[in-house]
Amino acid sequence: MESEQYQIGLGYLRADESNSRRIFGVRAVRGAWAFTRRKPLGAAGVVVILVFCLVAAFADVIAQSDPNDINPDALLQAPGSDAWFGTDNLGRDMYSRVVHGSRVALLIGFVAVGIAAAGGTAIGLVSGFYGGKVDLVIQRFVDAVLAFPVLVIALAVVTAVGPSLRNLVLAIAFIMIPGFSRVVRASVLSVKQNLYIEAARALGQTTPRILLHHVLPNVAAPIIVVATGAIGSAILAEASLSFLGLGPPPPNATWGSMLAIEARFYITTAWWLAVVPSTAITLAVLGFNLFGDALRDVWDPRLRGRR
Amino acid sequence: MRNYILRRIVLTIPVIALVTFGAFALLRMIPGSVVDLKAGTAQSEADQRRLEKQFGLDKPIPEQFLLWVKDLARGDLGESLWTTERVSTEIKRRVPPTLQLALMASVIASTIALVAGTTAAIHQDSWLDRSIQFITITGLAIPNFVLATLLFSLPAIWWGKVIPEGYVPLIDHPAENVQKMIFPALILGAAQAAILTRLVRSTMLEVLRQDYVRTAQAKGLAARHVILRHALRNALLPVMTVWGLQLAAVLGGTVIIETMFRIPGMGTGTLNAVQQRDYGLAQVLILIFGLVYIFTSLVIDILYAYVDPRVRYN
Repeated sequence: MESEQYQIGLGYLRADESNSRRIFGVRAVRGAWAFTRRKPLGAAGVVVILVFCLVAAFADVIAQSDPNDINPDALLQAPGSDAWFGTDNLGRDMYSRVVHGSRVALLIGFVAVGIAAAGGTAIGLVSGFYGGKVDLVIQRFVDAVLAFPVLVIALAVVTAVGPSLRNLVLAIAFIMIPGFSRVVRASVLSVKQNLYIEAARALGQTTPRILLHHVLPNVAAPIIVVATGAIGSAILAEASLSFLGLGPPPPNATWGSMLAIEARFYITTAWWLAVVPSTAITLAVLGFNLFGDALRDVWDPRLRGRR
Repeated sequence: MRNYILRRIVLTIPVIALVTFGAFALLRMIPGSVVDLKAGTAQSEADQRRLEKQFGLDKPIPEQFLLWVKDLARGDLGESLWTTERVSTEIKRRVPPTLQLALMASVIASTIALVAGTTAAIHQDSWLDRSIQFITITGLAIPNFVLATLLFSLPAIWWGKVIPEGYVPLIDHPAENVQKMIFPALILGAAQAAILTRLVRSTMLEVLRQDYVRTAQAKGLAARHVILRHALRNALLPVMTVWGLQLAAVLGGTVIIETMFRIPGMGTGTLNAVQQRDYGLAQVLILIFGLVYIFTSLVIDILYAYVDPRVRYN
């Protein structure tokens, strides 16, 4: 790792990712630039994520036609100047549907992963830090949940409570909690060996305080890496469940349900029905995966390239 | 070693108990019962009571659970509440296609992963490494139903060929069976191959930097020998763990592929059974999924401890 030195005032400051300027704005820009140079693919992932976020935020502005508007005069129109991405078998505008679908995808991705990360982190922190019997009992429950086939759990949960956006988010979050708790537990086990934990104990700090102020910050990196990739997985899970007809109820536009409307039967005559939502799913998931990978490489010294 | 195995087996017992309870409880939390669905609206109260009594659904739930476990212990899997067929008959029919699919997918995936992952690691940061990494990360982002849709449509558009669907037993028609199973297995294996390739690559990179690899190289051993005998063997340990967990994940992930290729396996069986509230069939299918996972991870943990003594003493 080349470390550039900048002369500031009287002393020298090393500029690498761990030690940089004190002014946050400058530091952020420099950090982003260093990240881009080291991990161009990761930066590309960030760009993709940002574009999807903007599309979702301004969906009403950039796609003004109603995504659920059925138009019997324009069934299965090929992409053209009227409908950029064509129309589906009910004459709905694919462009508008895919743009509005990004809201559902990102919402599910961020919210489900947020819930799962919070739940998994809490479980992992307690299980890893306390160890002993607590750990033993908690881990058996985690094992049991992991043993269930993922889709079947989601299926049962969604069928049980009825398909809706909220239930889908909860189902996907529930599936992801054990995975998060495992990652956090493993990191906690190694972090709690450190001297600073012992020092905090010797100072008489309470366990919750040690967990929040000393353990949590040190297990944050793996949590963020896993969460980034998990957002991609959550988007895939939404697509899979919607594909099976368990997504938010129609006529809501979601990427999975756009594919499920028998896109397969139209593929020889209307390829855009399958291609448009597939591309959206793949791009979004790819963006999160690329970013997550780059983060892991940057934070895990074992994986750095030979220089 | 014996202590480790014993401890590991003892720890499995509560998990099996939890999974058994979960498989039973999960379905009963879903509103609607098989009686309503089966009887429709036309049936009278009395008929519904009669059906409930016939299925043993009139008893309190804890009693139902104990009865089920008792039957399981005697080797009686019960009967389907929808078709009133023996569950064991249904299982015998549904397990082979799914098991075959998952095993084929795993073999395909591990072969690809070992070759591609090792190649990428040896040539780290080369164009070959970068292309393998790009393909795998894209592979992770493409849902398998998209791959299946493409597989169905592209040959049809380009060559007017139709991909075979459906299932025939391996023993009766081996050639036709393989012909029909190879495509769904490839699709199921693709995502798994992507995950495993990345894992093989990263563990190989780690191992290649170890002192014993440098020693082997310094001794003047052929590169081939160092890679295969010294590096790969050590890199395979974590890969083995993930491979086992993946096998279970693939088993659980067959629902979509089975539906699309019209394969009457465990995945579609569970989906239908849950939707029909067929407690009798669904709880056994879910239990089998769970037991396969528990058993696979048990075997892998024991194998791991056998090859890597450090695990035993922790």
